[in-house]
Amino acid sequence: MLSVEDVTVRLADSFNVVSGVSMRIERGEVVGLVGESGCGKSMTSLAIMGLLPAPQARLQAGSIALDGKDITSLPPYRRVEAGCGGVAMIFQEPMTSLNPVLTIGDQLAEAIRVHDGVSGPALRHRAQELLEMVRMPDAALQLGAYPHELSGGMRQRVVIAIALACRPQVLIADEPTTALDVTVQSQILALIRELCDELSMAVLFITHDLGVVAQLADRVLVMYAGRIVESAPVGTIFREPAHPYTRGLLACLPNPLARGRRLQTIVGQAPRPHEIGDGCAFAARCAYAEDACRSPGADWRQVDGDHGVLCRHPQSGQLVQ
Amino acid sequence: MWLYILKRLGAAATTLAAASVIIFIFIHLIPGDPLYVLLGDGATPDQVDALRQKLGFDRSLAVQYFSWLSNVLQGDFGQSIFFQTPVLSVIGDGAETSILLASITMVWIILLGIPVGMIAAMRHGSWTDQGLSGLAMLLASVPTFWVGLYLILIFAAWLGWLPSSGYPSIFDDGGLANLQHLLLPSLALAAPNAALILRLTRASMLDVAREDYVRTARAKGIRPWRVVVRHIFRNALLAVVSAFGFTLAALISEAVVTETVFALPGIGRLVVQSILRRDYPVIQGVILITVVLYLGVNLCVDLSYRFLDPRVELE
Repeated sequence: MLSVEDVTVRLADSFNVVSGVSMRIERGEVVGLVGESGCGKSMTSLAIMGLLPAPQARLQAGSIALDGKDITSLPPYRRVEAGCGGVAMIFQEPMTSLNPVLTIGDQLAEAIRVHDGVSGPALRHRAQELLEMVRMPDAALQLGAYPHELSGGMRQRVVIAIALACRPQVLIADEPTTALDVTVQSQILALIRELCDELSMAVLFITHDLGVVAQLADRVLVMYAGRIVESAPVGTIFREPAHPYTRGLLACLPNPLARGRRLQTIVGQAPRPHEIGDGCAFAARCAYAEDACRSPGADWRQVDGDHGVLCRHPQSGQLVQ
Repeated sequence: MWLYILKRLGAAATTLAAASVIIFIFIHLIPGDPLYVLLGDGATPDQVDALRQKLGFDRSLAVQYFSWLSNVLQGDFGQSIFFQTPVLSVIGDGAETSILLASITMVWIILLGIPVGMIAAMRHGSWTDQGLSGLAMLLASVPTFWVGLYLILIFAAWLGWLPSSGYPSIFDDGGLANLQHLLLPSLALAAPNAALILRLTRASMLDVAREDYVRTARAKGIRPWRVVVRHIFRNALLAVVSAFGFTLAALISEAVVTETVFALPGIGRLVVQSILRRDYPVIQGVILITVVLYLGVNLCVDLSYRFLDPRVELE
């Protein structure tokens, strides 16, 4: 349904933060996009959303299509005009994502008016319905509330309701639970999962938290230094990761069976955009790297049917800690 | 909210009391004697003493202050030494010019400062923005009287479009057309203040434009102008409104200069002339009323926050 081809995002200082990212997301599917901070996850999501912050970042190449319609580089309002406003987004910081001087009802109404073209009682009714969909207690009452009167979890529910007002086919969730405490986090995750099933939306869930991915995603894309380095169903990623980076990342997770031992780490640091060379960006930190890895030309390989990897030396076998 | 207003009025009364003492003392510190101004240099000491007694200047400063204060509290600002008429009527004569001048100036400041600031912010980094910001910088740093003199030179002397000085009342012959006398002075007075408001509007909008909620608004698919007006401008306005309190203070002091440059019969010029004449009651009256005005405007600005920003609790 959503197809992203070879998207490259370039910063104003002419380095690429996202290089040749491609993905397809189908109806009802939750895709987890995992990676460290600064690997280009958020820029990818903003590029898909048409909200790259000009002039700091722009779409250098690639195309984005929704249901076959090209929506590349169109900002959301142009997409609505073109009748393909079906991508909505929820953001990381619920505390700052809502306008402090407008009521929840007003902020919801704006989105409803644009996407449903209704007004008056129908508008109010829809706003209330949306708050009920995100399990907001006292929905009718909260329409008149201002953001500062709500808790972080409640605000994130409102942000989700605003996204749902856009009647999305694809919902992009950019680390929506990072700023929330653990109990609220699991409520919000459960809510997103339920909504995805109820509305048969596709969800692109961006996170650096592998635990969240395991809980929520059907399929996982692993991103490193602006590229997608591995793509596989969630079970495969955790059982038989092929990319040395993915394996390293999983090995770092605390393991209850290895109690008392030091946690593992990946040696070195992820490169910043201007440090990425032509070869494999992970080569400098990779135990399996050869000279060939440092020269350009690593191709995407299909390990099995729906498991692909961008590596000259994909590993096989179960991960042992 | 009423409790808040009451508290603020209480605080304002304290400020006012302190201001009245300062005004009174400072005015009497100015060297020179109003009696010689009135009687001329040829007055004999006997004449001066007689007048001094008549006006009550032979009493101690403290006694003079409290007798003045008790009269003021009863609404009696005393008699002008120079005009020999009540101070309030002297001030009233200048009030029309000054109130109209201030109002037209405020309209200029709002009409020029805010929309142009918005345009500069929306075209951030472009030539339009740099040109407008540069012009604002220039206007903000040039003194009002200089702008006034150039406006007179261009529009009155060279082009002959507008009168260069004076102001006949709108109640006299000519009616509302007399307002054209205030066009150049109000522009001169507005220039530096509009420039400040412009820069503030621009900076504040650029700040708000980076906020997460603006991105949320864009993500909804609403049109860009709506994002600008409803989300960016609405929040940027908070900083701009608070500046209007200070702008008024600037207007009052700059009006003194502007009214002098354009020979307007306003309160600003009255103050200057009254100081030269050592007309203590008039100076005291004008400054006291100015302080009241200033406190009032700032109270209004603070109250307006309550309506602009729901997070503000007035206590």
